[in-house]
Amino acid sequence: MGMKKHNFFMTHKVFCIFGILAILLILMAVFAPVVTGGVDPTTGNLRDALLPPGPEHIFGTDKMGRDIFARVIYGARVSLVAAFSVVGISFGIGSLLGVISGYFRGAVDAVIMRLADMMLSFPGLVLAMAVAGILGAAIHNAVLAVAVVTWPKYARLARSLVLKIRDRDYVAAAVTTGSKHGYMLVRYMLPNALPTLIITAATDIGSLMLELAALSFLGFGAVPPTPEWGLMLSEGRAYMQSAPWLMIFPGLAILVTVIIFNMLGDGLRDILDPRQEG
Amino acid sequence: MTRKKIIIRILQILIVLFGISFFTFLLTYLAPGDPAQIMLTSSGVMPTEETVNALRESMGYNDPFIVQYFRWLGNALHGDLGVSFTLNKPVTDLLLERLWPTLKLTLFSVVLMLAVSVPLGMLSAVKENTWVDNLVRGISFIGVSMPNFWIGLLLMLLFCVKLRIFPVISSAGDFKSMILPAVTLAIAMSAKYTRQVRTAILEELHQDYVIGARARGIPERKILWGNVFKNSLLPLITMLGLSIGSLLGGTAVVEVIFSYPGLGSLAVAAITANDYNLIQGYVLWVALIYMVINLIVDISYNFIDPRMRLAR
Repeated sequence: MGMKKHNFFMTHKVFCIFGILAILLILMAVFAPVVTGGVDPTTGNLRDALLPPGPEHIFGTDKMGRDIFARVIYGARVSLVAAFSVVGISFGIGSLLGVISGYFRGAVDAVIMRLADMMLSFPGLVLAMAVAGILGAAIHNAVLAVAVVTWPKYARLARSLVLKIRDRDYVAAAVTTGSKHGYMLVRYMLPNALPTLIITAATDIGSLMLELAALSFLGFGAVPPTPEWGLMLSEGRAYMQSAPWLMIFPGLAILVTVIIFNMLGDGLRDILDPRQEG
Repeated sequence: MTRKKIIIRILQILIVLFGISFFTFLLTYLAPGDPAQIMLTSSGVMPTEETVNALRESMGYNDPFIVQYFRWLGNALHGDLGVSFTLNKPVTDLLLERLWPTLKLTLFSVVLMLAVSVPLGMLSAVKENTWVDNLVRGISFIGVSMPNFWIGLLLMLLFCVKLRIFPVISSAGDFKSMILPAVTLAIAMSAKYTRQVRTAILEELHQDYVIGARARGIPERKILWGNVFKNSLLPLITMLGLSIGSLLGGTAVVEVIFSYPGLGSLAVAAITANDYNLIQGYVLWVALIYMVINLIVDISYNFIDPRMRLAR
C-alpha cells in the first residue's frame, strides 16, 4: 500500500513540474496573439518610442515604439522552433548515421566516424559562426550551422550503443533466421539506442537555445524585425543607459526558458537512466 | 603517452586541419558573395562588370575549385593565408596581432574560474546534501542556464553605466579593460566547472580507501587534500583543457560586447564583411590551438598520474 500511494507525480516531482512549465511555455508561444491581446510585435508607433515599463506597456517599448512584452512572447516562438529544429535535425541525422556506422562497420563506419571526429575536435561555436555567417544572416541558416556542429555527438553516441548489442546472441539469431538489414536496424538497433539518445537530446535543448541566441546576438541569426531574444538584446545595447529595460526582459526570457528545459532534461534523465548523474 | 602515440596524434591533427580547411574553403566557394566585388567595394571603387571580371581573372577566382583550393593550401603551408579583402593586410599578421590579447583574456578568466569553482565545488561535495550544497548547486544551475552575453551586458550596465568604474569600451587591451570581459567569461564557466568539480570529488569520496583512511583515524582534512583532491585532478584537468579550448571560440561574443581587440571580435567583423581569407585563417588557427592544447593536456597526464605511465 505504501508504494502505491506514491504516484508518478510524487516520485518524479521535478520532471512533472518542469514538464508542466514547458507545456505552458509552448502554449504561450502558440497562442501568442491571445497572450499579447492582439498587439503586433513588429510594428510600433514612433511616438511611443523608448517608454519605460508602465500600465500601457508592462515591459516598456523599444526605439521603434514596439511593445517589448509582445516581442518577448512572440520571441518564444522563434527560440522554441529554432532549438527544436536543431535538435530534430542533429538527432535524426546523427542517430541514423551512427546506427548505420555501428551496424555495418567497415568503410562506411570509417568515413562517417572520421567526419564526426573532425567536427568534434573543434570548438563548435567557431565553426557555427563561420557557417552561419557565410550562408548569410537568417534564422534557418543559424539552425543549419548549429546542426552541422551538433550531429556528430549523436552519431558517436548511437554508434557506441549499437556496438554494445550487435554481437549479442539474439541479434545473431535474427540474422540467421533471415532478417533483412533494414528490419534489423529498425527492430533491434534503433530501439536500443533511442532512450539514451532522447535523454541527450532533452538535456541539450537548453544549451542549443543559448548558442542560437548568441548567433542572433552577433548578427548571424535572426534579422530585424524578427522578435528574437538574442537579437533584441543586441538592439537594446545602444540604449543601455537610457532604456535598460530593453536588456532586462529578453535576457530574463532566455534564462527562464533555458532553466525550464535544463530542469526538464535532468528530470527525464533521472527517470530513464537513474545511474547517470551530471 | 608514448612517443609513438604522440606522433599519431600529431598526424591526426594535420588530417583534421586539412579536412576543416577543405570544408571552409568549399563553403566560401559556394557562398553567394563575390570576393572580387567585396574587394573592390571595400577599396572604394564602384565595381563594374569589367573591373570585377578582370580582378577575378587576376586573382584566380575563375579557376576550377580544386585548383583554387590547392593553390590556397600550398600558400597556407608556407604560412601565407592570403590578404584580408577588407583590411588589406596579410591574414597571418592580423591574426598574430590579435592572438595575444585573446590568450591573455582566456588565461585570466581561467584563473578566476579556478579560484571560484574549485573551492566551491569541493565545499559542495564535502557538505553533500546540506543547505550549503543546495545553495551552491542552485546558483551554479542558474549560471549554466544564463547566456554569457547577457551576463556581460548586465555587468556593463552595472559597472560602466551606473557605477562608472570601468570604461564602456575596452579597446585599450590593458589590464583594466580585461577585467570585465574576463569576469563575464569566468562566471559562465565557473557555474559549469563547479558542478564538475563537485561530481569528481564526490566520486572519489565514495571510494573504499576513504572509508579505510577514516577508520584508521586519519584527519578528514588530510584525506581530502592528500588523497581525494590529488586523485580527482585527472578528470578535472581534462575538463580544464576542453574548457580552455572552447573558451577560445566562446570569447567572440564577450569580445564584441566590450569591444575587446581579440581574435573573436576580429572574426565576427570578418564574417560580417564576408572577408573569406580572414575567416578561413581564423577557423584554422582556432582549430590548431584547440587541438594543441588538448594534446598538451593528454601529455601532461604522464606527469600528474603515475598510473598513466605504467599503463603504456
